[in-house]
Amino acid sequence: MAELFALLANVWDTVRFPLGGAACLSGAILCIIGTIGVLRFPDFYTRVHAASITDTSGAGLVVVGMVLMAPSWIVVVKLFCILGFLLLTSATASHALVNAAHTAGLQPKIGPMAKRGHDDEEEGAH
Amino acid sequence: MTLAALFAVLVGMCLLLVRALLGPTLYDRVLAVNSFGTKTVLLLGLLGFVMGRPDFLDIAILYTLINFVSTIAVLKFFRYRSFQVPLARRGDGISNGGDN
Amino acid sequence: MAYLLGIFFAILAFWMGNSGYYKPLMLGFAALSITVTLFACARMQLIDREGAPYVRLFGWLAYYPWLTWEVIKSNWVIIKACLRADLDIHPALVKIKTVCKSDLAKVTFANSITLTPGTVTVEIEGDKLLVHGLYEASTVPEAFLEMDRRCARAADPAEKRA
Repeated sequence: MAELFALLANVWDTVRFPLGGAACLSGAILCIIGTIGVLRFPDFYTRVHAASITDTSGAGLVVVGMVLMAPSWIVVVKLFCILGFLLLTSATASHALVNAAHTAGLQPKIGPMAKRGHDDEEEGAH
Repeated sequence: MTLAALFAVLVGMCLLLVRALLGPTLYDRVLAVNSFGTKTVLLLGLLGFVMGRPDFLDIAILYTLINFVSTIAVLKFFRYRSFQVPLARRGDGISNGGDN
Repeated sequence: MAYLLGIFFAILAFWMGNSGYYKPLMLGFAALSITVTLFACARMQLIDREGAPYVRLFGWLAYYPWLTWEVIKSNWVIIKACLRADLDIHPALVKIKTVCKSDLAKVTFANSITLTPGTVTVEIEGDKLLVHGLYEASTVPEAFLEMDRRCARAADPAEKRA
């Protein structure tokens, strides 16, 4: 039984670095995808949705990958602190942003918008 | 692989700078800067792992909190044009009538 | 007093988890910084029921795994929307009514909506939330019923629940 556990620990120690690297890389690629969304979407309110990909799945995957590669338990605690703060503060910050834009009178574009030729963003009233 | 992730996050940051530079409204710029801060936190963590010094995570924790506070501060300043107005407990009817 | 102890243990756990040095000098610095932080909390009137929400901890522990799965599902939709060649989105702005009673439950609900990619809370007024969504089909008020129910179960005190 002890040999089995030792073997499992050995396998885990060899597997966790490639696994963590893959998770980090896919999280970073999700960050790029979210940024592409921020660049492509037509108005401010829709860009917030694209930015929240970076904040939730991108950051989550990168942090999980770093947890897999962590050398000691204290690093794991710090990483979970970072993840918790990121999830709490990014949601609050995007709500504050959208609320401020709404209060200032920035009107969202409503309705289907497939195949728009040009961007005609209006200036916010501020 | 971690190094590749580091460069991918850097590419994302460069693309976000484009939105921060040409965002038509103020809020687009603040959104871009906030997202840039989130990516900076990830970059700091990955950099610590690439260089074999996970002590960088302390800086990343601090940057998370400072990023949030600075976003709120910028939004508050552009709404009230001042840092003097308290956000809570102002009692002018705007606060949602909770049952606290 | 119980609230003060709750905040004290939270700060102590945070310090222990982040420091890694347990020599007497460092522990003395920890005691000093915890005292100063507690004094600042007391000055800012943060030591109350919301400052130490331990009673609701088990409700949250049951709620957040479910929310994680929801976030993953809606992430996939938004990733596809970002990478499509034609920008096939249909933004909508709806007003939904929540059954959450306490402030904490409302904040949990609004935070969950914002955390889920594709929907973001614009405004809270009383028990009505203004929500902006990327797809009209996923922003109808019926789509939030289950999240609303789970938030009320996780964060509302038992005597206020309908």
